[in-house]
Amino acid sequence: MKKLKLRGNNILLAITVILFVVMYAGGCIIYADKGFTHLQTFLNVLINNAGLIAVAAGMTCVMLTGGIDISVGSLIAMDCMFLAVGMEQWGMSSPVLMILVLVIGAVFGLVQGYCVAYLEIQPFIVTMAGMFFARGMTAVICKDQVSIVSDKIFTAISNTKISIPFGGYTNKKGIYQTPFIRPTVLVALLVIVAVFLMLKYTKFGRSIYAVGGNQVSATLMGLNVKKTKLLTYTLCSLLTSIGGICYCLNTMCGTTTQASGLEMDAISSSVIGGTLLTGGVGNVLGSLVGVLINGTISTLVKSNGKLVSSWANIITAILLCFFILLQAIFAKVKESKKA
Amino acid sequence: MDNIKKLTKMKLFLPIFSMLLVMMINVIYDIASGNPPFGFFSISINNGILYGRLIDVLNRGSEVAILAIGMTLVVSASAGTDISVGSVMSLSGGLCCMLLAGYGVTNVSEYAVPLWAGMFAGIAIACVCGLFNGFLVAYMNIQPMVATLILWSAGRAIGLLLCNSNIVYVRVPSFQFFGAYCGIIPTPILIAAVCVAVASIVLKSTALGTYIQSVGINKKASRISGFNSAKIILLCYVICGLCAGIAGLVATCRIYSADTNNIGLNMELDAILAVALGGNSLGGGKFNLAGSIIGAYTIQAITTTLYALGVSSAQAPVFKAIVVILIVVIQSQPVKDYFKKLSAKKAGAKEAA
Repeated sequence: MKKLKLRGNNILLAITVILFVVMYAGGCIIYADKGFTHLQTFLNVLINNAGLIAVAAGMTCVMLTGGIDISVGSLIAMDCMFLAVGMEQWGMSSPVLMILVLVIGAVFGLVQGYCVAYLEIQPFIVTMAGMFFARGMTAVICKDQVSIVSDKIFTAISNTKISIPFGGYTNKKGIYQTPFIRPTVLVALLVIVAVFLMLKYTKFGRSIYAVGGNQVSATLMGLNVKKTKLLTYTLCSLLTSIGGICYCLNTMCGTTTQASGLEMDAISSSVIGGTLLTGGVGNVLGSLVGVLINGTISTLVKSNGKLVSSWANIITAILLCFFILLQAIFAKVKESKKA
Repeated sequence: MDNIKKLTKMKLFLPIFSMLLVMMINVIYDIASGNPPFGFFSISINNGILYGRLIDVLNRGSEVAILAIGMTLVVSASAGTDISVGSVMSLSGGLCCMLLAGYGVTNVSEYAVPLWAGMFAGIAIACVCGLFNGFLVAYMNIQPMVATLILWSAGRAIGLLLCNSNIVYVRVPSFQFFGAYCGIIPTPILIAAVCVAVASIVLKSTALGTYIQSVGINKKASRISGFNSAKIILLCYVICGLCAGIAGLVATCRIYSADTNNIGLNMELDAILAVALGGNSLGGGKFNLAGSIIGAYTIQAITTTLYALGVSSAQAPVFKAIVVILIVVIQSQPVKDYFKKLSAKKAGAKEAA
């Protein structure tokens, strides 16, 4: 049996998981009377963050190559607006629109990836332009809020409940509540599993780690660094579009200010999950835990009832600070060991 | 031909060229819509204050210009960007108004503490934010964007907490003065001018500018040559924080209220864009302060022009994005190499003929 080595990045992931468990257990003890112990509370965190989970998976891939993509929030807004206007004003059917959204996402990522990989422009600047562009295009498509009401398939998917046979509870009126999830959760978890397997077992996945670890040695190994980067940005925008559809299924509307700041949630989830921003180290499962930690914080703040919602931001920022410092300390220890 | 080449190689070519381009678009638009052709430049005095589109650009561009000073230094020294400036603006404005009005009060016409104390506190908290960012970047070796991500998220949230999630109005003329008019000239223009003057005098008359550039070009070599790289990077972030604080107060005084949710929103992107538009490399090293300032006003001119053309504020980012992409693509190394190759081929063909 192979011994599991507790290296720096494994320790980071372990700390993240322990933190999540402690935080959730703490919530269960403090807010036991407010239904925190019910399985449904946990499932609600998943349902509310299904889109973010898919985005974080893509973001992790980009961050593994040492880049960053801050256009994801705006891209989601554009996707949602496109879906909403497409269904309500252009009268198109939702399956066609969903495929179109995925195509738009892929093309968007392809252009960004080309600028980063082949024109050698800094990822931050390219995706900042992408962010402006997508946010502006949202307003060009439609300036007002559009709610999705007419499309039957889309509404049906949105309202579907997938029951879970255990973990239910009886509410105050004595009616048994079956815990449920939405289809979006399944999609998000599927994305996580697929990305995890891809990063672990495919040539492309291993190239991502190699490019992020050291670009020069990756080139010398004969890997096509530019192509890998191009494909990674395309993948990120594609996954963001999948996340966008999930997000739209949750909100059922399109507005110009939707999902603003979501890019930072995705980045902070990845960082809390142990992905190094310098690239080369990280795990998509950690990002999933990172999203769950973010979701739990906001649920905790909401359960308290007295705290203002900006506390959730502050707590996330403190956590982010803690993990970034932890990463820096690990990097220093590694360096001193080498010397 | 050679003259053109010399011109394009000048340091201020890109910012001035884009500024002229924007003005030209304005002139063409004015002619096309039947207005006097130089309506963009006309300045008149109405009701005892200066009035005109150019004045408007200078006035509204003050915050971005002030931010651009700090951002230029940060980009130069640490090869990274400070994305927390917008949030820090909101925090400094929020703290200032909270102190002036008293906690939990949303509308006052008298100060609870003296004006200078509130302003000082606002600027001090911004400097502390800069110190925090600088410490993380310089001493903990964290990437600038990530280090400043913490305050990007927390700064605005703390500002909201300080103001009890309300918009705090301070209806006192001496407070409004800093966002209104000083004689006939809008005060923000004067504040921006003073900031730019102080920054350029300090950078010109001391060796600080050279130190910052040398740290940006090679951090290790600078340390070996005897100056404290970490301290210089820290100083740059503190200056950036200071600039954000001043810009935050200007933005707050302009609307005489602390609208923490909206003050400085997306301002960090405008500031970074100003630095890039000024012909500075975002990879650090040499910087050009004048370029950044012109870049900042160019961005404001673009925004004002777009509004004049009837583009809504929500749609304007599309054009901003196209401008950014065009600039960075022209500046990128592969495109430059391609043009070099092209001109070399032409020269070769001439020699062969």
